Amino acid sequence: MHKFLIRSFVSSLVLIFTLTVAAVAKDVKAAFVYIGPTGDHGWTYQHDVGRKAVEAAGFKTTYVEGVPESADAERVLRQLANSGHDVIFTTSFGYMNPTNKVAKEFPNVKFEHATGYKREHPNVSTYAARFYEGRTILGTIAGTMTKSNVIGYVASFPIPEVIRGINSFTLAAQKVNPNIKTKIVWAFTWYDPGKEAEAAKALIDQGADVIAQHTDSTAIVQIAEKAGVYAFGQASDMDKFAPKAVLTSVENNWGPYYVDRVKAVANGTWSQKDTWHGIGDGMVVISDLDSQMPADLRSKVKKLQADLASGKVHSFTGPIYDQKGNLMVAEGKTADDGMLAGMMTYVKGVEGDIPK
Amino acid sequence: MIKIVKRDQPSRAIFFFTPVLAIFLTLVAGGLIFFILGFKPFEALKFFFIVPIADKYGFSELLLKATPLCLIAIGLSFCFKSNNWNIGAEGQLTFGAIVSGGVALLFYEQEGFYILPIVILAGAIGGMLYASIPAILKTYFNTNEILVSLMLVYVSKLILDYLVVGPWSNPEGFNFPETRQFSDSAKLPLLFEGLRIHAGIFLALAAVVISWFVFYKTYLGFQMKVSGFSLKTAKYAGYKGKKMIVLVFLISGACAGLAGVGEITGPIGQLHREISPDYGFTAIIVAFLGRLHPVGIIFASLVVAITYLGAETAQIFMQIPKYTGQVFQGMILFFLLASDYLLFFKIKFIGSKK
Repeated sequence: MHKFLIRSFVSSLVLIFTLTVAAVAKDVKAAFVYIGPTGDHGWTYQHDVGRKAVEAAGFKTTYVEGVPESADAERVLRQLANSGHDVIFTTSFGYMNPTNKVAKEFPNVKFEHATGYKREHPNVSTYAARFYEGRTILGTIAGTMTKSNVIGYVASFPIPEVIRGINSFTLAAQKVNPNIKTKIVWAFTWYDPGKEAEAAKALIDQGADVIAQHTDSTAIVQIAEKAGVYAFGQASDMDKFAPKAVLTSVENNWGPYYVDRVKAVANGTWSQKDTWHGIGDGMVVISDLDSQMPADLRSKVKKLQADLASGKVHSFTGPIYDQKGNLMVAEGKTADDGMLAGMMTYVKGVEGDIPK
Repeated sequence: MIKIVKRDQPSRAIFFFTPVLAIFLTLVAGGLIFFILGFKPFEALKFFFIVPIADKYGFSELLLKATPLCLIAIGLSFCFKSNNWNIGAEGQLTFGAIVSGGVALLFYEQEGFYILPIVILAGAIGGMLYASIPAILKTYFNTNEILVSLMLVYVSKLILDYLVVGPWSNPEGFNFPETRQFSDSAKLPLLFEGLRIHAGIFLALAAVVISWFVFYKTYLGFQMKVSGFSLKTAKYAGYKGKKMIVLVFLISGACAGLAGVGEITGPIGQLHREISPDYGFTAIIVAFLGRLHPVGIIFASLVVAITYLGAETAQIFMQIPKYTGQVFQGMILFFLLASDYLLFFKIKFIGSKK
């Protein structure tokens, strides 16, 4: 009798255990933490498109939007980790320290931090996109389409990510048009339609007839539309906001990566990684090319896109000189990832100084 | 028939009753909004106001959130009571954090019991310095303190931006806009293992006690009250208005500065661009909801703090947009101002007598 009881008790325990394991393996839940509203049509919007791809792949997802990078981020992360989420994507740089802090307390939850560099615990991965490849395309288009040879560029913060974009853009533009100048206005914001619009106006007043942006709102393309100059969409396809101005957009395509990582969690094959994907892996996508662009430019861009994807062309191929004329990358060489990650000098042809 | 009659005197009972009424109306209106949006109103309200503080951790988060709100609102009540409209507590918080953060960075990788008091003091001084600008401009040049203090908020944020992007940025941080992490000696001690509530709460409690004493037991408190009712009377009574204006601004700035210290040396542990989710502005709601009374402010800061936490929980568990938290804060203020009507008017139900 006694033995029977113990045996049935043990077997039911085993049964419960297998059921739980099976349930966990099937019902992987992913959470996403956003810096802005899902309706920003920029950075957060694209992450949410990626989240929907995860839903479409059959997983449950949760998101919290508008999470400030203040002390609040840590609480949101802990709450998500505590409420049955198996993998948490934190989609802004400022979540770096809270992500690592909470990851330490929840070793069974996987954390994926976008655009950061700290992976202090085995359950933290980082990921980012090689947006500079997209900017090589934009630079090529801008250099060809400009008539005033002045290209405006609304930048957010003087960090390597943004400097790299300015450089890659300028190098590509110079290649097709050695006379161009890139003028920068620092908006010191990632998302502020008012400030971004002011910056765009200032650049147009200075003679820029093509405006590029490294901020997230649609304000700049709308200003460009009104002023009758060209612009490029950022993060998402912004063509519908300014059909005449927008020549193309560089889209952040997180979906494939997100689906991949959530599946890896479900299969138990997730491991720590530092991912930096570009056009080749589909994380950076070039939207449709506008028909205002001449046909030969369009075919040139298509080819460049294919070459960047295959690795035949690298955005930073020497010789590259900085503003003072010092050699940064020698002829025939390409910049390595270390140099790209820490890039804090302008290349020749960019006007002004990096704010210090 | 309903008739609206002006009261001879504002009702004291109603004075403390209207905040409660405002909260109640906010809950009703909130439930209605949830219902219209297609959520179950009671369940939504439960996730908003009960679930977030149902466990020990949640309760500590509530206190963590209420601490800066309470501290700033106490400071603001000195200004508001005496008819000084300091709208720039957010700037004073930011500048206090800048000064105290700068001092904390000076002690990078150093340990010692003396570090924390210096860091805290620096924050209070920073806040006072920043608050003294609108105060001095008001007393000597008769400028409008609302505009000056509000505009200085943006200035302080730009200064912070400049520092964390440039000279104070972490040398090992790939130029990302943040400083190094402070050493442990520059951080406020945690009260309980595993919870984030820190010693900063004692600063808030001390502010509550001191303000109660000043308001109700000192000549200064009386002067503030008279100036609040009528500036002309205060002048006639011979109060030195200028001195008092500067003093209340300094107190207010010190409190906001300390709130900034609590954030950066508490849960954040470094300086970066976003150290406060607009505590300085939300504290204005807290001050009025608390009727500028120290005890009222304690309750008000808890109520408003929960709207922050509740918004997160409601989004995680019910997919209710997180920005509803701000809607709730707005509604509380709206209903409070609206129900203040009852202070001065009463509604009479008159039977149809012949």
